Amino acid sequence: MGGEAGEERIKIGLEIHCQLTNLRTKLFCGCPADYRGSPPNTHICPICMGLPGTLPSPNKRAIEDGVAVAIALNSEISRRMTFFRKNYFYPDLPKNFQISQYDGGGGVPLARGGYLDIEGGKRIRIRRIQIEEDPAKLVHEGTIGDSAATLVDNNRAGVALLEIVTEPDIEDPREARAFLEKLRGILECLGVSNGELEGAMRCDANISIGGGTRVEIKNISSFKEVERALAFEITRQRQLLARGIGVRRETRHWDEVRRITVSLRAKEEEEDYRYFPEPDIVPIEISEDFIESVRRRMPELPDQRKERYMREFGLQEHNAELISSNNALWRLFEECVKMGGDPIEVSNWLVGDLISFTRELGMELTDPRVSPRKIVELVNLIRSGAISTKIAKDVLMESLRGDESPEEIVRRRGLLKISDESLLRGIVEEVFRENEGAVKEALRDEDVVNFLIGQVMRKTRGKADPKLTYELVKRNLERIAHGEGPSA
Amino acid sequence: MTPKTAIDARDELAGGASVEEYVLSLLERIRERDRTINSFITVCEASAIEAAKALDRKRGRGEKLGPLFGIPVAVKDNICTIGIRTTCGSRMLENFVPPYDATVIKRIKEADAIVIGKTNMDEFAMGSSTENSYFGPTRNPLDPTRVPGGSSGGSAAAVAGGFAPLALGADTGGSIRCPASFCSIVGLKPTYGAVSRYGLISYANSLEQIGPMASNVDDCELLFNVIRGYDPRDNTSLPQGRIEAKEGKLRIGVPKEFFMEGVQEAVGVHVRKFLDKMSGVFEIGEISLPSLAYALPAYYIIAMSEASSNLARYDGIRYGLRGEDGGDWNETYCNNRGIGFGREVKRRIILGTFALSAGYRNRYYIRAQKIRTLIREDLGRAFKEFDLIAGPTMPVLPFKIGEKLDPLEIYMCDIETVPANLAGTPAISIPCGMANGLPVGLQLMAPPFGEGLLFRAGRIIEELA
Repeated sequence: MGGEAGEERIKIGLEIHCQLTNLRTKLFCGCPADYRGSPPNTHICPICMGLPGTLPSPNKRAIEDGVAVAIALNSEISRRMTFFRKNYFYPDLPKNFQISQYDGGGGVPLARGGYLDIEGGKRIRIRRIQIEEDPAKLVHEGTIGDSAATLVDNNRAGVALLEIVTEPDIEDPREARAFLEKLRGILECLGVSNGELEGAMRCDANISIGGGTRVEIKNISSFKEVERALAFEITRQRQLLARGIGVRRETRHWDEVRRITVSLRAKEEEEDYRYFPEPDIVPIEISEDFIESVRRRMPELPDQRKERYMREFGLQEHNAELISSNNALWRLFEECVKMGGDPIEVSNWLVGDLISFTRELGMELTDPRVSPRKIVELVNLIRSGAISTKIAKDVLMESLRGDESPEEIVRRRGLLKISDESLLRGIVEEVFRENEGAVKEALRDEDVVNFLIGQVMRKTRGKADPKLTYELVKRNLERIAHGEGPSA
Repeated sequence: MTPKTAIDARDELAGGASVEEYVLSLLERIRERDRTINSFITVCEASAIEAAKALDRKRGRGEKLGPLFGIPVAVKDNICTIGIRTTCGSRMLENFVPPYDATVIKRIKEADAIVIGKTNMDEFAMGSSTENSYFGPTRNPLDPTRVPGGSSGGSAAAVAGGFAPLALGADTGGSIRCPASFCSIVGLKPTYGAVSRYGLISYANSLEQIGPMASNVDDCELLFNVIRGYDPRDNTSLPQGRIEAKEGKLRIGVPKEFFMEGVQEAVGVHVRKFLDKMSGVFEIGEISLPSLAYALPAYYIIAMSEASSNLARYDGIRYGLRGEDGGDWNETYCNNRGIGFGREVKRRIILGTFALSAGYRNRYYIRAQKIRTLIREDLGRAFKEFDLIAGPTMPVLPFKIGEKLDPLEIYMCDIETVPANLAGTPAISIPCGMANGLPVGLQLMAPPFGEGLLFRAGRIIEELA
């Protein structure tokens, strides 16, 4: 191997940690789970501070959420799961061990197996899903390097985390990002985790090239960074291989500022976590009834929604996929359809101009100015022939900017399409009189016909019905060709 | 007022005797005699007097009185008490004041008991003689040159010394029964899950239970009935069950393994003789439980493994002893732990860390868990044939302070008591007379939630002894 290495297979596995942000309390105590924006060390109690004598009480809702995610990812849910202790000293762990789960040594995680299909039908298999507690947050003034002290904010300590581990089925950084975005959509749809919140979803990645040594990358804070970190790592490993240097088995850290990975520790220095069953929590039975009750309460998942849109409304796969996987979009879509908008027309507007216009305006899709009524009015105005598609785009943009609805804009600006034949005929004749030379040329050259049509559009400021205009121009030209007067 | 039992005291106090005077008299006795015995790390003089006054007022108002009305309780210093320092016998927690009460403390307070003080113990409950305390050894009130047993030696000595009619101890591998035996009192290790562990500073979570200690079986049962019960704060606590025996004589099995290696002749002979004496009232038969031979190593591996993880939190950052800062966090931790823990604690942390480490885990921790399962099964089978299992509580008589220096010799002391912890079954130690002028305890084990059987048999044995 060497030189233009591009054909060797890249294998990427992801380990995603997502906080169950919609839980009221932490995983093992009654402290509020929503710590964001609170002063440091205000959401703490003897339990999450690991005070002597305290014991953990598992949050049943966290298990429900975990089960819902496992169902959505087609995983096999354990009937009897166990918590394990992961032992290591670090200032972010109040107990100097983390209550987690372990797939080995007799440990049983919440769920094993499963898969998630990403765009293009590619299947990414899931290895396991487990529940664990989040460590505290370490805060440094400036950088780790020059901060005088490490400050510990225990508000995050004990917040419920779901760890989702994939098989190494991902083959390029773009796929990794697609997987993460789809996963986030599912978690949001289930109402278990809000991936928008800072630090709510974090990711580690394993990567190997051509069946070579596996390198782990830690500390990736966002999906965009995942793509970047993986791209960097692929380049780094390829360069090593090209120069005949072996890739070391190690853990690397993604430096977001410098946009490089740096070595954290070699495999030989890996900590021995001395996993053993958490003696303070008895094994948890997850009954068929419990799973069924969670399943019954689950909302429609993005993939199910996509299938339904294709089946019920005849949407194209591309539109159905895009709309169903975005919570704001599908809600908007369904509102529009409920209000009588044509599903296919609506879907085209949502996926096309609406997304790009809102992006251009720096608006969220959830902005109240993006109302379903506006979309439906717009689609209906086009359908009824009242405005052209070209004008509709302007109207949409203007409508998004303010509070006016498309109908109001069209009325106020007099943008209704001129479909009145007698009115339009007069304008066409005017253009013919004013452009005699062009008319003569148009008889021989089809391109000049478009010039004439363009002149009509100019005079009507785009409102002329394009189809009718074309017909009238053609008819006039034919008459001239047959030696008749310009007007019949 | 000099009542013989806690029940007598309660009845007198509920009947109108002054709780305050009673508490003052005990505090006086503690002041006089505990300088020698050293059963308390902290005497809660002010708060006990205040609580006593409040109880006198409560009675004056004619309110309903709790089952432990006015009874001072000595509490082992690994059970958290709000506002009262809880040291675990360690320099590490010398100044640790819990911001909360353990569930058992809430329960005894609700029953109108008074926490009179926090008792001495082997550091983090690691020991069988109460010599491993940062606060110095406790002496046996029956013979102050001897140890009171451990690790709940302070609680046993407080009861035996007449400082408190009732005490709470905690038993991981015999820590209630051993000092009960050495101090000639009654001590119960309840069924695992019968009493909430919330607020008990963990040594080995899967083995330990808080339990009552008293001068007699009735008092022991009284305290047990107050502290027992399901607690949602302890995930391992269980809905309460109750085992009743058939009518007629109780059947007692005596495993021959309880009289083998390591049992002093004086103890073996005395207990055998006592069992003969019992045979008129009980149906006694010999049995063999071969797995008991492996109980001690299995116990120590599991206990030390759990301890190595439980004690990791003592790094001196959030609470506890903090030495000089300097260096990185790792050095700070090492420094704090180096000066905060005593030798035996360090030994057990190191051994437990080793037993859980990759490459050794299967050979030690996993194998110990398998033995644990075997012992549970063996005992389960024995309880099909017998209502109770009996033997000596301790293989040795109370020894002199400083006599046993080899840790292995101390570990051997737990040989009779650890099976009950491994199997989660209840076990009680009841005084059964003297050998060579020193107290001997008889241990009775029952199937889970068979405490009622232990008390019933215990009352008969008290009569015989």
